[in-house]
Amino acid sequence: MKFLTTNFLKCPVKACDTSNDNFPLQFDGGKCQLVQDESIEFNPEFMLNIIDRVDWAALLKVAGELGSVTLPSKKPTFPCSVPELTEVGMAVLNDLHVMLLQTSITEGEMKCRNCGHIYYIKNGIPNLLLPPHLV
Amino acid sequence: MSHLSSYFTYTCMFLYFFSLFTFFSFKSSEKEEKKLDDDLGRDGLERAKKRRHYEPIMEANEAASKEQEYVHNVYNEIAPHFSQTRYKPWPIVTQFLQTRAMGAIGIDVGCGNGKYLGVNPNVYMIGSDRSDGLIECARGIDPAYNLMVADGLNLPHRDGTFDFAISIAVVHHWSTRERRVEVIRHILSKLCRGGQALIYCWALEQGSSRRGYHEGMEQDVFVPWVLPKDKPKLTPAAKAKAKSKPDLANIPPKERAQYLQRWREDQQHSKELGDDGNDKLQQEQEQEQEEVKYRYYHLYREGELAEDCRQAGATVQSEGYERDNWWVVAQMR
Repeated sequence: MKFLTTNFLKCPVKACDTSNDNFPLQFDGGKCQLVQDESIEFNPEFMLNIIDRVDWAALLKVAGELGSVTLPSKKPTFPCSVPELTEVGMAVLNDLHVMLLQTSITEGEMKCRNCGHIYYIKNGIPNLLLPPHLV
Repeated sequence: MSHLSSYFTYTCMFLYFFSLFTFFSFKSSEKEEKKLDDDLGRDGLERAKKRRHYEPIMEANEAASKEQEYVHNVYNEIAPHFSQTRYKPWPIVTQFLQTRAMGAIGIDVGCGNGKYLGVNPNVYMIGSDRSDGLIECARGIDPAYNLMVADGLNLPHRDGTFDFAISIAVVHHWSTRERRVEVIRHILSKLCRGGQALIYCWALEQGSSRRGYHEGMEQDVFVPWVLPKDKPKLTPAAKAKAKSKPDLANIPPKERAQYLQRWREDQQHSKELGDDGNDKLQQEQEQEQEEVKYRYYHLYREGELAEDCRQAGATVQSEGYERDNWWVVAQMR
């Protein structure tokens, strides 16, 4: 599961929807295995649009849980189009590409901060199916 | 239905399917009840009527357990074979995906083996499926796909977030209209303002397809999936026999023509001795080895999918028919 996906995942338990704690899921850094796939190519235009959609606070939380402290505390501002990007801007965008798209969680656990239910990631695939008592 | 009634008299297994089949039928009109009466005889109808008292409306958990048995379990059992047959993206789905904006984010609900996840490399798409078997197949095809195992009525995606959604040949597996509308509403709840969902469902009107479903037929059906089992291993003698080419490696070039002639005569001779019969026997054995699994489907009639989308609170932007399926592009009102 790519790092970016953690920014789009919430607890699927319906009762947790009324809480503000069902997103992002809480990752157990000690149990998570990360891998990097350098073959995924950097596409600045794609990344500009993706960053626009990212919930930065959630990203900071998950990054902290997974042991990464290199993110700025506020979402960096980028120009609207690639030609307007400065060299520094391009480097920051590339770093985000490495983190969000090249980095995957292959094994691990994530927990809902509201109901406490634990979801497992195995062989790169998170399983979000609910046990009958939570449906 | 006549072919079904003939099975009825022969197999106990059918009795079970029949009970479900008639249950679905009894939601329909009296006219159809009369037809059922004609097709299955008075006994069948009386038995089915007796069943009505506890099945007038399908309870949600009963519907869920039917879907567990006739959808989820079956897809896990047939996953590798099913996946082998699903590799060609349908044109309208491809066109929908290729016209999404650069960097758009989307979901594929019921992605199966992930055949749509790589169509447009410039969007970020998350595929989910209820069957972990199919998700495994998808991962085997491309480890870079974004995949997860999740239930369509309990999706883990953030609400009001995604630019688009697709759900191709999936919604027809929920066994009541209420649940089909609910799943469409649930998918739409994941879209951001202006987001669009492309939904495909199997059509009742299948024209010239080999399945032969058509207007006026029962819409709630069990569709067979024939699963080939491992063929029995050939004995060394049978293997030698099965060799279709003569081995010329150790034959001097001058003698090869003669050797070939003799080989052909031997082949012909063994054929006349009744190898044909053996072939037939083997075919029969192979057929016995096949296993048939039944999946539940609701076959959509013309206009029904658009109705369900409107019922779910969407506006229908466009709709059409492709490859035995009805499709709709829906947008949240």
